[in-house]
Amino acid sequence: MLLLALDTATPAVTVALHDGTAVVASSSQVDARRHGELLLPAVDRVLAEAGTRLDAVTAVVVGTGPGPYTGLRVGLMTADTFGLALGVPVHGLCTLDALAFATDLDGPFVVATDARRKEVYWARYADSRTRVTEPAVDRPADIADEVAGLPAVGAGALLYPDTFSEAHGPEHVSAAALASLAAGRLAAGEELPAPRPLYLRRPDAQVPKNYKVVTPK
Amino acid sequence: MADPRRDEPLVLGIETSCDETGVGIVRGTTLLADAIASSVDEHARFGGVVPEVASRAHLEAMVPTIRRALKEAGVSAKDLDGIAVTAGPGLAGALLVGVSAAKAFAYALGKPLYGVNHLASHICVDQLEHGPLPEPTMALLVSGGHSSLLLSTDITADVKPMGATIDDAAGEAFDKVARVLNLGFPGGPVIDRYAREGDPEAIAFPRGLTGPRDAAYDFSFSGLKTAVARWIEAKRAAGEEVPVRDVSASFQEAVVDVLTRKAVRACKDQGVDHLMIGGGVAANSRLRALAQERCEAAGIRLRVPRPKLCTDNGAMVAALGAEMVARNRAASDWDLSADSSLPVTDPHVPGHQHTHGHDHVHEVSKENLYS
Ligand SMILES: [Zn+2]
Repeated sequence: MLLLALDTATPAVTVALHDGTAVVASSSQVDARRHGELLLPAVDRVLAEAGTRLDAVTAVVVGTGPGPYTGLRVGLMTADTFGLALGVPVHGLCTLDALAFATDLDGPFVVATDARRKEVYWARYADSRTRVTEPAVDRPADIADEVAGLPAVGAGALLYPDTFSEAHGPEHVSAAALASLAAGRLAAGEELPAPRPLYLRRPDAQVPKNYKVVTPK
Repeated sequence: MADPRRDEPLVLGIETSCDETGVGIVRGTTLLADAIASSVDEHARFGGVVPEVASRAHLEAMVPTIRRALKEAGVSAKDLDGIAVTAGPGLAGALLVGVSAAKAFAYALGKPLYGVNHLASHICVDQLEHGPLPEPTMALLVSGGHSSLLLSTDITADVKPMGATIDDAAGEAFDKVARVLNLGFPGGPVIDRYAREGDPEAIAFPRGLTGPRDAAYDFSFSGLKTAVARWIEAKRAAGEEVPVRDVSASFQEAVVDVLTRKAVRACKDQGVDHLMIGGGVAANSRLRALAQERCEAAGIRLRVPRPKLCTDNGAMVAALGAEMVARNRAASDWDLSADSSLPVTDPHVPGHQHTHGHDHVHEVSKENLYS
């Protein structure tokens, strides 16, 4: 098998290729505002580094977030369209799970990424492979009791040391971890989730207030 | 017998600049498929297009819409000669979904990618209806997002802005007046319907920017919108019934009078004997009728595509993409940006390493795309 992994749910634009045994090539660039420009050239580079072509890929896995929407959609749309063009399955995996998998921790901990607007996307883990809460978006102060005393990874944890007193790296997700996690689960015969975005927030949209009178009173 | 059109470029176009997910397929100037998924119903309760709602809908709709277009056209993706996509202008987040899909599709299929201009696409779509564009062509583009007069001598390389709205787009004025009249969103079709039963001369609404010293080809609809709202409020304040049909007809007449008058004047001033009208407002029945009347009187040939090709769609993007292939324009690079304010003077976004001798004019102007 040849698994292509992409994630654009955090400031990192990250791509990796996994041959079923190990990651054979990968690329990670951190630039929160250029996901759209960076992703395709990164895919091209990773394939070239592995000495292969996209049509050799047998499955795609993409980080489904949670993450700031505009960037998140770049990875999801790219993965979906590769699936269509190549006729291969496209799987989704929670971005926080890939961050957790990269830690190798075997006790309880927290993953938190930056959700902007003074909030974090977060979830609690029993160990690096086992998530015990649904991904959520909250203000750090509001979850202080739930994460108190736990080690924490991710940019969201590093950003709010008052809440996450034991914060450390990795800061961003890597597609290499995403690929390894997905390859392991697929090899174990697990069904991976569909590539659906985890937005966790409603779109910002206000129904306009009643028509504003323009005639001077 | 061999089909001579087989030699013409087969191009798939993707459009996501606003709330329509459009995927079209053309062979040269022949339309093969025009698949659309619209999120307009999701925006109706907000009274306008909500960017994040549109972007989410594009992601959902894209792959099914591409499949539908390929099926409708009866072609295989591997036979395509290129993939075109709206690179701008438009809603940034919405554009990015289409650009991401187009890049992935083109890369996976090993086909060239053409990031093209939404406004130039609105002009080029007329080739699917009336054959190759005359050169030069004057174009009046009117929709909820734009109101522009453009002059093009070559739709792949030379589009000059003659004038544009200085405040609201024409379609926006329709939406706002419809809101004041409690007619819902979008406002264009419903006002057109009521106006058919009303008197266009019942109320003398102002014609913006039509004084002798005003910019000859620019538009302004903000003052008109306010005048209409004030007139309606005065009626309501006096406890009188608002004559919805007459208000609709008189407002619509004020808009299309200015649009057609300025478009015809631009044609005459520039010695251009063809006018094309595109954009969602080109579906307006009174605009089509008055433009026809005034063009005939001035000896100008009017070209207006059928309403479905006037509103945003993927076929228009494919039409311009096919023209790029036919004229051997440089393809875009894999790091193509979605540019929400892509200048109208850039019909497409050629890649960095390609320097075609004949293309100097807009090779220079794309320096600012990444600023
Ligand atoms: Zn448009």
